[in-house]
Parts: sequence; C-alpha cells; structure tokens
Amino acid sequence: MNSLSGPLANVGRASAAVVAGFGYAGMLLAESCWYTAIGWRHGQPVRIPAILAEMRRIGVDALPIVGLLAFTVGIMLGIQFIAALSEFGAQSQVVLAVAKSVTREFGALITAILVAGRSGSALAARIGSMSVSQEIDALAVIGIEPVRFLVAPALIAMLLMLPMLTIFADALGILGAALYSAPALNVTPSAYLLQTLALLQPGDIWQGLSKSAVFALLITLIGCSTGFSVVGGAEGVGQATTRSVVLSICFIIVADMIFSFFLNR
Amino acid sequence: MATGIPLIEVDQLEAWYGKRCILNGVDFRVDAGEIRVIMGGSGSGKSTLLRHLLGLQRPVSGRVRLLGVDLGTANAQALQVLRRQIGVSFQGGALLTSLSVGENVALPLREHTRLDENTIRIMSRLKLEVVNLGGFQDLMPSQLSGGMVKRAALARALVMDPKLLFFDEPSAGLDPVVSAELDELILRLRDALRMTIVVVTHELESAFKIADTITVLDQGQILMTGSAKAVRDADNERIQDLLNRRPREIVVDADAYLRRLTEESA
Repeated sequence: MNSLSGPLANVGRASAAVVAGFGYAGMLLAESCWYTAIGWRHGQPVRIPAILAEMRRIGVDALPIVGLLAFTVGIMLGIQFIAALSEFGAQSQVVLAVAKSVTREFGALITAILVAGRSGSALAARIGSMSVSQEIDALAVIGIEPVRFLVAPALIAMLLMLPMLTIFADALGILGAALYSAPALNVTPSAYLLQTLALLQPGDIWQGLSKSAVFALLITLIGCSTGFSVVGGAEGVGQATTRSVVLSICFIIVADMIFSFFLNR
Repeated sequence: MATGIPLIEVDQLEAWYGKRCILNGVDFRVDAGEIRVIMGGSGSGKSTLLRHLLGLQRPVSGRVRLLGVDLGTANAQALQVLRRQIGVSFQGGALLTSLSVGENVALPLREHTRLDENTIRIMSRLKLEVVNLGGFQDLMPSQLSGGMVKRAALARALVMDPKLLFFDEPSAGLDPVVSAELDELILRLRDALRMTIVVVTHELESAFKIADTITVLDQGQILMTGSAKAVRDADNERIQDLLNRRPREIVVDADAYLRRLTEESA
C-alpha cells in the first residue's frame, strides 16, 4: 500500500505546490499593482527613488553585457544567414532575415535570459537572505509592507527597463550583423542599416517589446516569490537563487514560443 | 505600577506547527510601565509567542490584543497605527544590510512621518547616542560587532518613541560585559522614557536583573507569572530545573521507543 501511495502522494504534493506557487506569484502581482495605484493613500507609497535605484541595477548596469552579447549574436546571425541563404542565391534577403529575427525574437530573448540571470537571481537572493535574517519580519513590524518596499519597485523598474534594454539589444544586434554582412553583400554598413530601417515595420519592434514586458513580469514574480519562500538558511538561499534562474528561463522560453505562435498566425 | 488597562492581553492562545502543539492555551497580560521577561528553555514556545505578539503570525485559536487592538481581527489601517507605537529589536538585529546604520535607524521616521531630512537626521543620531553608538551612523551593518548590531537595532526600535518595546534575546551571543551594558540600557529606557518592555530570553542572570515580573514558559504552557523573587522561590520542579541548570529527567517509554525505531513512517 505504502509503495503505491508514497509516489502518488508525492505527485499530489508537487502539484499542490505548483498551484500554490502560481497563486503566490499572482498575489504578489496583485498586491504590487494595488500599492502602486493607491498605496500612498494608505501610508504605503511606492517610492520613486527606490524605483530609480532598481532601474539602475536592472537596466543601466546590464548595458555592457547586453550590448556585447547582442552584438555577438548579430554577427553570428549574419554568418549563418549568409551561409544558408547563399546556397540558393538569396543573399540579398539576409538584411530582411536579420532585421526580422533580431527585432521579433533574439533581442527580447537574449535580453530576458541575461536579465533573468543577473537581476532575477539577485532579487531571489536578496529577498531570501532578508527573510532568513528576519529583515522581512523587521520591515513588517516597522509597518512597511514587504511587497510594497521590495517587490513593487523592482516590478516597475523591470517593466520599464527590460523593453528599453531590448531596443538597445535590437540596435546592437543589427549593427553586429551589418558590420559582418555588409562586405559580403558588397554594400557599405550604412547602406545596410538604411535598408534595414526601410524593411522594418513597427509591428516587428512591437512584437519584441510586448514579449519583453511579459518576460519582465515573469522574471520579477519568479525571482521575488522564490525569494520569499526561502527556508533553511544559506543553503535555502542558494537553492532559491538557482531555482529562480532555471524557472525564469524555462518560463521565458515557453512564453516566447506561445507568443510567437499567436503573433505570427 | 498597573494603570488599569493592560497593554498586552493574550487569551487562550494556541499555535500548531503541523501536528505539533507549540502553544497550548496561553493566557498572558502585561501592564503599562513594567518590564516583563518571558523565560523558558529552547523549544518552550517563546519565539512563537513573540511572533504572535508582533502580529507576524495570526492565532489559530485564541486572542491577542495589543494596546486594545485585536491582532486577529484588526484591519490594515488599525495595524498600521498600532505598529507605529511598538518597537522591536530582533535577536540577530535584522538591520537592513543594504542601508547604513543611520539610514536603518531613520527608516521608520522616513516611512511614517513627514519630517524634513534635518530633523530626521538629528532624531536618528539622538537615538544612536542613547544606545552609545554616536558617530557610527555611516557604517554599514556588516562593519559592526554583534553587540553594536543589537544596540543599533534597539535604536531603530526606539526611534518612533514606542509605548511598547519588544526585545528578543538581548544577551544571546554577547560577552558578559556587553550584555550587562544592554541590561542597564533596558532599565534606563524604562525609567527615562516610561516604556513598557517585553524581553524574551533564556539568560537567567539578565532576566532576574531587569525583570519586574517574569513569565516562565515550558512546553507551550505558562508555568507561572510573578515577581523575580516569587519565581526564584517557586517550588515547581521544571522552574527549579531551569534556574539551577539541571538536565531534564527524561522518562523513556519502552514501547514508544521501539515504535520510533522500527516504524517506516515515523
């Protein structure tokens, strides 16, 4: 009996934990929105300096690494598209292929994965270690709602900065592709870029940006909820950090696939 | 020193962790102006009782009232008002590690008042002076020693001039001199600021030094509440075990013992 009910109970417990996790993240989102909208009326304002500090940490500090990777991926796409498309003499389509794939897909995806690794894990580690050292309890007894103080500023900052980083990544990705492909296509890089601008439609950019907003929600909510759920000291913080990165990247990729499916039908 | 209405009233409080009963029908009251020490061994339910008193855990059954506000039923607004009138110094200090000592102390003022920066700075430095940490406001919590962290946490707890101060394990992990200094500080605070102070501790010496009244907690139940002398003279065996540092005599039930060893899902 035990050998059967043991695994079954584990499946049940795991399912309940997944549902609870979704519920918790949803509650964090709802509370953050509530505090942002009317928290100031109840003595729980979301402070602008706190948002700005988060924007610097999430956005500005990530510029070099996002730029570098986007540039590299741009070059890589240039190499692959030229190799693949020249097989059936369609090199001229490289500009279009790079422009669409970077703005619709790679810019948002690379930025989100990087930010999940940088900032999502940092959120989980920070909130986790705060909860271990009773700092969260201290905030609560001082009368500062932890969600308002820790989650809402990060959420707003992430929603603002991730799309901006995505645009930055788009630009550098296309620049990287231009620098590699222009000589191969016998055009100047500036001519390549002008052609890209002519081919791009607002819809392409919007597709990337709308995805990045969803990714921003996923990264913040997963980072914060794994942070708040930390139990068991330093090891718990480590596990939560790992969990937040793995979960964020999984959810980002699945959400990306779903979005791509619906936006390109 | 009782002035009629008790500041803290706990009726029949129960708390459970899973199937384990942590607090079992605890009744408890603290009057204005007294220093109450909650004493008990490890696992006696002290910390859980404190979490309930602070409103960090809602009671499963029973009632907790602080300054006349029922923590179980109060709305967010009432809790917010209440929290401005209580100060808490946690066991590990719980200073926010991302803020300097001065910013930590100023945090409640920044969040709950509309005072200008100058006033906030002066008030928070004043409180740091009270706990003998004058001039340390620009250090980060990680640069402080254990005793300094506790004192800084006390300054943060005091900065709103609370009516009621909670102090969790003031002397845990400190050397005897520093812990004696903290005891002096607690006594001075009561006399100078007329605060009601609740101290949770298992350090006997410090408990008897500062307490007006002592509540002894054991296995989720209150063994007795009384003056330091009454507790010292109590003829309850568990209290005497605690006071004289005698190990508990654990009676082994042979059947239960065997069952624990052999059962698959204990």
